Amino acid sequence: MIWFILLFPLLGVLINGFFGYRLGKRVVGIVGPAAVGLAFLAACGMFLGVIQSPHAVVNTLYSWITVGDFDVSLSLRADPLSSLMTLVVSGVGFLIHVYSVGYMAEDERFIRFFTQLNLFAFSMLLLVLAGNFLIMFVGWELVGLCSYLLIGFWFEREAPADAGKKAFLVTRIGDFGFALGVMLIFATFGTLDFDQVFERAPELLDGTIATAITLLLFTGAVGKSAQIPLYVWLPDAMEGPTPVSALIHAATMVTAGVYMVARTHVLFELAPLSMGVVAWIGVVTAFFAATMALVQNDLKRILAYSTISQLGYMFMGVGVGAYAAGIFHLTTHAFFKALLFLSAGSVMHALSGELNIQKMGGLKDKIRWTYWTFLAGALALSGFPFFSGFFSKDEILWKAYQNAGFWLWLVGIVTAFMTAFYSFRAVFVPFWGQSRLDKKIAHHVHESPRVMIVPLVLLAVLAFLGGYMGLPHFLGGSAVEGFLSPVFAAEEGTHAVEVGAHTAGVGLEVAFLGISVVVALAGIGLAYFMYVARPTVPVALARGLGPLYILLSNKYYIDELYMAVLVNPLKGLAGWLARVFDARGIDGLVNGLAAFFGWSGQTTRQVQTGSVRHYALSILLGVVVMVGYFVLR
Amino acid sequence: MELALFVVLAVIAVIAAAGVVVSKKAATSALFLLLNFCTLAGLYILLNAQFIAVAQVIIYAGAIVVLFLFVVMLLSPDKEEGKDRKPYTRIFAVFLAVLMLVEVGYVLFTGVLGGTTGQYTPEKIAEVGNVQAIGQVLFTDFLLPFELASVLLLVGIVGAVVLAKREL
Amino acid sequence: MVPSSYYLILSAVLFTIGVIGVLVRRNAIVILMCIEMMLNAVNLTFITFSRYLNSLDGQVFVFLVMTVAAAEVAVGLAIVVSIFRLKETTDVDEINLMKW
Repeated sequence: MIWFILLFPLLGVLINGFFGYRLGKRVVGIVGPAAVGLAFLAACGMFLGVIQSPHAVVNTLYSWITVGDFDVSLSLRADPLSSLMTLVVSGVGFLIHVYSVGYMAEDERFIRFFTQLNLFAFSMLLLVLAGNFLIMFVGWELVGLCSYLLIGFWFEREAPADAGKKAFLVTRIGDFGFALGVMLIFATFGTLDFDQVFERAPELLDGTIATAITLLLFTGAVGKSAQIPLYVWLPDAMEGPTPVSALIHAATMVTAGVYMVARTHVLFELAPLSMGVVAWIGVVTAFFAATMALVQNDLKRILAYSTISQLGYMFMGVGVGAYAAGIFHLTTHAFFKALLFLSAGSVMHALSGELNIQKMGGLKDKIRWTYWTFLAGALALSGFPFFSGFFSKDEILWKAYQNAGFWLWLVGIVTAFMTAFYSFRAVFVPFWGQSRLDKKIAHHVHESPRVMIVPLVLLAVLAFLGGYMGLPHFLGGSAVEGFLSPVFAAEEGTHAVEVGAHTAGVGLEVAFLGISVVVALAGIGLAYFMYVARPTVPVALARGLGPLYILLSNKYYIDELYMAVLVNPLKGLAGWLARVFDARGIDGLVNGLAAFFGWSGQTTRQVQTGSVRHYALSILLGVVVMVGYFVLR
Repeated sequence: MELALFVVLAVIAVIAAAGVVVSKKAATSALFLLLNFCTLAGLYILLNAQFIAVAQVIIYAGAIVVLFLFVVMLLSPDKEEGKDRKPYTRIFAVFLAVLMLVEVGYVLFTGVLGGTTGQYTPEKIAEVGNVQAIGQVLFTDFLLPFELASVLLLVGIVGAVVLAKREL
Repeated sequence: MVPSSYYLILSAVLFTIGVIGVLVRRNAIVILMCIEMMLNAVNLTFITFSRYLNSLDGQVFVFLVMTVAAAEVAVGLAIVVSIFRLKETTDVDEINLMKW
């Protein structure tokens, strides 16, 4: 049963890839989403199976590599965590596939798009279903490949091509660390199977090795999930088509890092230093990215920085031991961020490609479905009460306070304020107020077709209702937490936290809940004040805070810094290696060898004097030498 | 008696050989060669190889030297050799040859040579005569080489004729 | 009786003189003559051993060597004649077409 989850997208890739051009756009537009939709049904089947027997079931297809001591098989793991992830990936993925049928309808490379999108679905599902580190790594690399292909989908233009390369190279740095971590695991444990590694971890790992392994694995997460310092590729990745941004860079691929940390939590618990690193990098990234989102004018880039920020929250969650909370936020984030991106895509579609929010305005009456779904997403993102984001973000903040202390929580709550603010900036500026649209575009503003609107509505419903999976304790307890408990609470260790939740008191939890609500409303209110009530305020503020504003809107010049410190020196080194070491050194060696043979040939040919007497002389010489040898022996 | 004869013949042979090498004119070399062959024939007789001695005179002195003289007369009767362009090769050649002589001398005097003694003592040979003795051995043990030698001669004749023709 | 080593030394000397002649002289015909001299020296060795080992094999060998020498001289001189026709000289140093 579990194999069908992978089989359907794989079939989609093969059919669309090999026969797509013969089948035509219409058929491909059905096969593509259907592949993921069927995978979703299979995932539901797996979910039902997991509910019945929550223990991990490892399904091995065959023994893939057996070399000496190295034994890896193609095995998939069915447990609550992978079940939840597959539901999210295939469910949201399906909706995005359907949306893409409408969004990419005009594009000539429609068929290739669906092939690559199906390949991505397959890879991501492989990643979350993996039963050992190597299969997970294969999935990890494949999603990186698909990300590159899909970001650079419109590769005739320079910006997407560069963005694809940037994404691949930056995540490569992380992937290198991840690979080293996997190798270190193999060196320590002699196996890569999850069950075996997690069982033997407590006895085999002392603090140093555990810290080394987990930090290396975390660098992979930093790259893939765009945390500091490897986040720079994600904003550029917005050059890709909007469904790609929604699926890969919001809902699924970037969450792979979070999933990985949750999956290997046994190892992380043995390395408290790494956990701290994860949590602090998460929260600092959340804060940092939110500050940049405040001043962006490109709608998709606002959402990109928002994604980086929310991923920071997820890492904060898993970094303090609240794995269920982190995964819960991952799920709700998938819903509302995909929703926001798809709505943004709908806006782009309506405005023939315009993305600058300063050139929009007053759209809420013109594209009403898009507006309402976008609003739903923004409410979820800000943590407005009763929407899904409220429950999941609050859970993380609460657990952070409980397990890690005040400062972590404080940074988190300030970031929440900024999140609410920029989310509603993105609502008010494009949709409310006077129209600042370009005249030509203003005539063509139209609502998107039904094939795009229906997924938006479904996602909006999920964004609203999804939160009820994870209610706080005093309201009945988190269903997600309960569901995932076989994965996260099955061992000893520092898991007294789950129990400790009850002892900290219901009152405090309600108080924190209240603070979160106040903060969210304050953010929304401030945005309303600045962008609807007094529209002159933002401009004055920008001028008043001049240098700070420039710093923020240029993204703290981090990209330029990386270029100067890392990229250009490396390019210089590569150039030197190519010109000097390769051209002169290695080529010199090879050519020199050939030249040596040429020279020796030239020298040796002088023996051929053509004179018979010289030849006779050499014969005599040979005779003398030989006779002499035998005589003297 | 035998020793005196040997010494005389040997000295003449060596001088003749030197003469072959040293003479300026080719014809003179041919004549010295003739002298060398004849002294060798004498030495063969001293060694109780009478048939071979006669064969030497007939074949070598009588046919081969005559052939040499024919060709010398035909091609370059009076021309002398010019100067050598690289004299040091000559010196090196002489040195090497002397070195070889020294080696052979060394081998001779350390007595590393041996051989199985056969049964054809001079007395036994004298019973039937040298020619008959050789004939007996030649046509029984050495029949195959004998036949091959005749084929070789045929080949030589054909080759010489073909090579020397003006047109094939 | 004369010791065998005397004959052998004589043979070696004659051979060496022949070798010197081959390497030093430039006239092709004289070179051939010196080759004949070398062959004769070897013949002397054969006969010597035939005598001192009481065997007739040496004499038979000499007989065959003479045969071969005769054929070889004939062919060699034919070659010299045909080269002379081409190059108008018997100097071996002039025959160096195989020079690199």
